[in-house]
Amino acid sequence: MSKKVAFLQGNEAAAHGALYAGCKFFAGYPITPSTEVAEVMSAELPKVGGKFIQMEDEIGAMAALLGGALAGKKALTSTSGPGLSLKQELIGYGCIAEIPCVVFNVMRGGPSTGMPTGPSQSDVMCARWGTHGDHAAIALMPASVQECYDMVVRAFNLAETYRMPVFVMPDEIVAHMRERIEFREPGELEVIDRAAPSVPPSEYKPYDTTFGDVPPLAAFGSGYKFHVTGLNKLPDGFPTTKAEYVQAEEERQLRKVYAKVDDIVEFEEFQLDDAEICVVAYGSTSRSARYAVNEARAQGIKAGMFRIKTFWPFPDKQIKALADKVKGFIVPEMNLGMCSIEVERCAQGKAQILGINRVDGEPVNPEQILEKMKEVK
Amino acid sequence: MAYDYESRIRPGKLPHIWCPGCGHGIVMKGLIRAMDTLSLKKEETAIVSGIGCASRLPGYMDCCTLHTAHGRAAAFATGVKLARPEMNVILVGGDGDGTAIGGNHFIHACRRNIDMTYIIMNNYIYGMTGGQFSPATPTGHKASTTPYGNPDPAFDIVKLAIGAGATFVARGTAYHANQIDKLIAEAIQHKGFSVVEILDDCPTTYGRRNKYKSVVEMMNRLKDVAVPVKAAEKMSAEQLEGKILTGVLHKVERPEYCDEYAKVIERAGGNK
Ligand SMILES: Cc1ncc(C[n+]2csc(CCOP(=O)(O)OP(=O)(O)O)c2C)c(N)n1
Ligand code: SF4
Ligand SMILES: [Mg+2]
Repeated sequence: MSKKVAFLQGNEAAAHGALYAGCKFFAGYPITPSTEVAEVMSAELPKVGGKFIQMEDEIGAMAALLGGALAGKKALTSTSGPGLSLKQELIGYGCIAEIPCVVFNVMRGGPSTGMPTGPSQSDVMCARWGTHGDHAAIALMPASVQECYDMVVRAFNLAETYRMPVFVMPDEIVAHMRERIEFREPGELEVIDRAAPSVPPSEYKPYDTTFGDVPPLAAFGSGYKFHVTGLNKLPDGFPTTKAEYVQAEEERQLRKVYAKVDDIVEFEEFQLDDAEICVVAYGSTSRSARYAVNEARAQGIKAGMFRIKTFWPFPDKQIKALADKVKGFIVPEMNLGMCSIEVERCAQGKAQILGINRVDGEPVNPEQILEKMKEVK
Repeated sequence: MAYDYESRIRPGKLPHIWCPGCGHGIVMKGLIRAMDTLSLKKEETAIVSGIGCASRLPGYMDCCTLHTAHGRAAAFATGVKLARPEMNVILVGGDGDGTAIGGNHFIHACRRNIDMTYIIMNNYIYGMTGGQFSPATPTGHKASTTPYGNPDPAFDIVKLAIGAGATFVARGTAYHANQIDKLIAEAIQHKGFSVVEILDDCPTTYGRRNKYKSVVEMMNRLKDVAVPVKAAEKMSAEQLEGKILTGVLHKVERPEYCDEYAKVIERAGGNK
């Protein structure tokens, strides 16, 4: 049997990826340039007995999402800049209460209403630090329509594995461009379902670390009864202010992700073996970077690309290793230097770092990157 | 025989955090009796709250309990209910939580007529944060942020709920404790979004500032202002001046949200 192929937008592909992953619940609020995700989900979810709800705002959407997830459903929301800002308090709730869900955020110009239809990559720090308090973050950066599909599947796997909200963050170009994609066959991509508790309801504690750093989450309505709160909590889910519990709890919530960075962080190395110049790029910008690297190679310039697929956790180890090897990094991005900050942190002064930063609603083009290569000394 | 409240209290979770004389505990006891009357199964019942003194109630109850963020109970609960329509979903919270920061979710839950019951404990104040005025604080009253008297007009929560589309709306008071369980039980049995406002007291942050000498005085005020809706029918406008109607104030039938969504699934062919 031949594979189902289609010519789709990134947003549409993302919705189909969610369905492949077994998503049965969507809560959202319309916002350009992410609305097509909601539109596809509103049409497709009821066909598989799933539920779609358009809430009164993004805060409500995030709340309903967490409610649906707690009731045992794989849950997706989609939004963009202003909506991501509104969701933040409850993204933190999802982190502390450890509720799996996927937040698909299409990056448009900002701050505030900014440029609703213009592409941007300026929400990457918002995904990491937008909600208050210490917490871990996982954010994936698709660079193609197929990756919108595949990364949403992976985001659900990560959300269920680590019991937390996970971001997928295409820029507007990736979200709206149309490409040929393949619908995955059943079994072709791994689909991870939520680990069910191994103890009977009478013994169940939602944060019982004797089951490891990611204790199983039971579903409301499945025969288990338990308490969930946004306060710092004990293993049984009830609030505590006891110093030793709070400290251990907060540290575990970071450790559960950061002890597994090697499993979580995905990246692509392109022409890097002998590279003296490394372009660090993500999303649609990496497509310009790939073109520029090919051009540079044709001209005899030893350039390569490190493509970030998992922005959070940041690929620290890989960038550190590259900093020992290359003369300089070029960091093209549609913001005023957010990824650059991370590259600087990892490079620790060992290599030159040159940003190319556009916030004018236009993509970084290959010529700009080629031009920048001349500045690497 | 004394009523057995303990069977629905989570073992080891008392004492509660509420001050002596706070009305929230009276409401919790009413809720327990209502749940008992209806034999609600603990595993199949979710109690969802926001943040505030009133919103601490779920933690004491032995069932699925969800203590969310300030104002967001109705939106979280909407997610739980839509995902599992077979569950009984009960919301509890304060006047501030439900009508200020959570006002938007409140009116939209009313509009959707999703089958949940919302118990609002209206003590006219933000109790937990030390007595700032809420959208329910009467004009002229004192709060920690209205030292010269409150310039804001207050919401009539019952009218707000009716206007927004709730299909069952009732009001009781913490003084009329025996009525609370009956109102809540009737609300839970009603198919659709039901709202039960319980006029409550906060001696600690509201009573003192507004010259109530004691909890008894606050309770007596509730006794005096409350007029059962039946009795009100026989009273003149003059007699009703300054009174507050209690009982079931609104009850209509309208399509329920989860039922309507089931029809969407049907139309999409998702029942195969
Ligand atoms: C986003 C957010 N804003 C403000 C607060 C602070 N806060 C906590 S409880 C509360 C008011 C609670 O009042 P009410 O809902 O009437 O409950 P009561 O304490 O009176 O029972 C406020 C303002 C908060 N927790 N979260
Ligand atoms: S502060 Fe007021 S509302 Fe809070 S527990 Fe005390 S009396 Fe009750
Ligand atoms: Mg209050």
